[in-house]
Amino acid sequence: MLGRLSFSAIPLDVPILVGTFLGVAIIGLAVLGLITYYGKWGYLWKEWFTTVDHKRLAVMYVVLALVALFRGFADAIMMRTQLAMAYAGNPGYLPPHHYDQIFSAHGTIMIFFLAMAFMTGLFNFVVPLQIGARDVAFPFLNNLSFWMTAIAFILVNVSLFIGEFSQCGWLAYPPLSETQFSPGVGVDYYIWAIQLSGVGTLLTGVNFFVTIVKMRAPGMTWMRMPVFTWTAFCASILIMVSFPVLTVAVALLGLDRYFGMHFFTNDGGGNQMLYLSLIWAWGHPEVYILVIPAFGVFSEVVPAFSGKPLFGYGTMVYATCSIMVLSFIVWVHHFFTMGAGPDVNAFFGIATMIISIPTGVKLFNWMFTMYKGRVQFHACMYWAVGFMVTFTIGGMTGVMMAIPGADFVLHNSLFLIAHFHNVIIGGVYFGYICGMNFWFPKVMGFKMNETWGIRAFWFWFVGFYFAFVPLYVLGFDGMTRRMNHYDNPQWHVLMLIAEVGAVLILLGIVCQLTQLYVTIRDRNLPANRDVTGDPWNGRALEWSTSSPPPPYNFAIVPHVHELDAFMHDKENGIDTRGAGGPYAPIHMPKNTAAGFLVGAFSFIFGFAAVWYIWWLAALGLIGVIGTIIARSANKDIDYYIPAEEVARIENEHSRKLMAQAAE
Amino acid sequence: MSDLHTSPSGESHGSVSSYIIGFVLAVILTVVAFGVVMSHSLSPSGTLTALAVLAFVQVLVHLHYFLHMGSGSEQRWNNMCFFFAVGFVVILIIGTMFIMNNTAMHMMSR
Repeated sequence: MLGRLSFSAIPLDVPILVGTFLGVAIIGLAVLGLITYYGKWGYLWKEWFTTVDHKRLAVMYVVLALVALFRGFADAIMMRTQLAMAYAGNPGYLPPHHYDQIFSAHGTIMIFFLAMAFMTGLFNFVVPLQIGARDVAFPFLNNLSFWMTAIAFILVNVSLFIGEFSQCGWLAYPPLSETQFSPGVGVDYYIWAIQLSGVGTLLTGVNFFVTIVKMRAPGMTWMRMPVFTWTAFCASILIMVSFPVLTVAVALLGLDRYFGMHFFTNDGGGNQMLYLSLIWAWGHPEVYILVIPAFGVFSEVVPAFSGKPLFGYGTMVYATCSIMVLSFIVWVHHFFTMGAGPDVNAFFGIATMIISIPTGVKLFNWMFTMYKGRVQFHACMYWAVGFMVTFTIGGMTGVMMAIPGADFVLHNSLFLIAHFHNVIIGGVYFGYICGMNFWFPKVMGFKMNETWGIRAFWFWFVGFYFAFVPLYVLGFDGMTRRMNHYDNPQWHVLMLIAEVGAVLILLGIVCQLTQLYVTIRDRNLPANRDVTGDPWNGRALEWSTSSPPPPYNFAIVPHVHELDAFMHDKENGIDTRGAGGPYAPIHMPKNTAAGFLVGAFSFIFGFAAVWYIWWLAALGLIGVIGTIIARSANKDIDYYIPAEEVARIENEHSRKLMAQAAE
Repeated sequence: MSDLHTSPSGESHGSVSSYIIGFVLAVILTVVAFGVVMSHSLSPSGTLTALAVLAFVQVLVHLHYFLHMGSGSEQRWNNMCFFFAVGFVVILIIGTMFIMNNTAMHMMSR
């Protein structure tokens, strides 16, 4: 009846998990209680959970990403604390079984649910506004993508309290992840979480590709597209070509586990090395999917706060595109030591080194944008400059590891860990937080608190160096990754320094939370309101709308005359908004519960499949298919905002603009 | 682009008869492929060649009748996406063969 599920699956014998469960339960009940107390369930359901508005989905994605950050960071600081303790005979406080789940969950959550969700949030918010579109191409799929990502994240967290999570690292290499060596449910949780969130990500890629190709405002040729949109475009292409590879690789692993097949087993003709090749044929494009949009954020932020157009727009576009293509021919550098010969390793090593050229072009472009500009050191610029310094170091250690001979020494050592955190924290995370500070007033209508933003930056920046420079040294000293305890006293002091770094980063996260709190508390102060919708003297079309933008974004679809369309219009006295009309009724998609239902049924399906509860899995699958059919047959999916309503909203904004100008 | 919510593409989405022709062709090609294997009428290498040819024709039938690919100018995006995807698939397959063959040779696993 319940498959493999029984009461013994609940880890009551692990005090840390029981404590975590109690904490999560108390906080969760408090949140649910508060929502009920204030009677907000109807509001949440009608305005948020069922929304197809890209702006609201963006907010939900970012909230999901921040929750994932807390979970992922909790894992990180637990690992650092374990390694600060567990040397010279001290076993530390995390037994290997638990510790292995933590590092696996940390990687999985940070990549799939922090970084991917944050990136999708930024795409959702910025891309349609930047290209002058009223929504994405497929608004319903957008909502569905969100729910697939969200339920996959919930599935990962359910594994904390019911059963266990994978102990095979964030990529679940076979043969360790095969049934023979991992008979528990951990890898199955991993497989279903990846597969379900993969559906969401793939749909997001398709959605934004079509949106950017088909829905640009009239006059916006390819070479007039803002750089962030270009990076979203390249990342969407990478998603479309690489995520199917991940789906296939993990599905084959699933076939091995569920049906006793032999794709990657040791025996029966399996070849586990093929899994490495397949998973990294996805995995390398994946890290570029994450970092290319971060480059896009900096390409918007640096010009805005330097008071200059971006230096070398064309080279920026070509660099982005060449990084996109090159990222698909470098995947062997993740497994140089697997046993391929010098010809294979040399090819992929050189291809890897070539990527540093377009990336270097980008760095110089940002620096030349700042050069002789009126640089304002807003919190966004702290993150941007911190990125330039940190990412350059991370890039250079990456080129070091691209040399196959050097990689044989450094492979799977803490040097590698330091390298990829250097580019992912210093590149991706700094970029997304920079973007959040930059576009927050557009989303909410008020600016983020700068003081706490700068404090958060300094803690993150300094904390990063404390946490990861020791790992570079430890890697050279021969300490491997995923180690539970060690007996080399020379390593201990470095691990203690890394622990200090983790605590500093914790303070950085506390500052970010304080920043959010102070921002929301002081939202009504006149200095914080964004009345004009253009707080930074922005260059692209998103700044031409009100903050927050109306549901339809643009009452009159703008005409684009030049790169940096909004700046061109401001300089030439053109009213991008076309204030005063005449306005026409605007065709809008209706909210729908279908995305939420498909997500809920998929969750049931995934959970049941993990525990072999086949009748429940069948119910979940029938629910998914039934919901999709019902949604496809539903003709009542759109409505019109009448012209008078559009005129009312637009005139209200014009009135505010004039009042502001008169002051 | 003034009305963003008209049909996103002007291309033909096929007719009932084109779908039926495609379906019949696909069935014939599949049956022939099975027949070649089950009847043992060709030599092993001949069977493989026949299967490869049939599979290739099958792909073309699917692309033409079900995915509506053609050479018209309105098909530019369809074709561009298709060839881009083919390019990446080729990179993946040739790359994997290059890597796995070389690894197998050096590791003497074959």
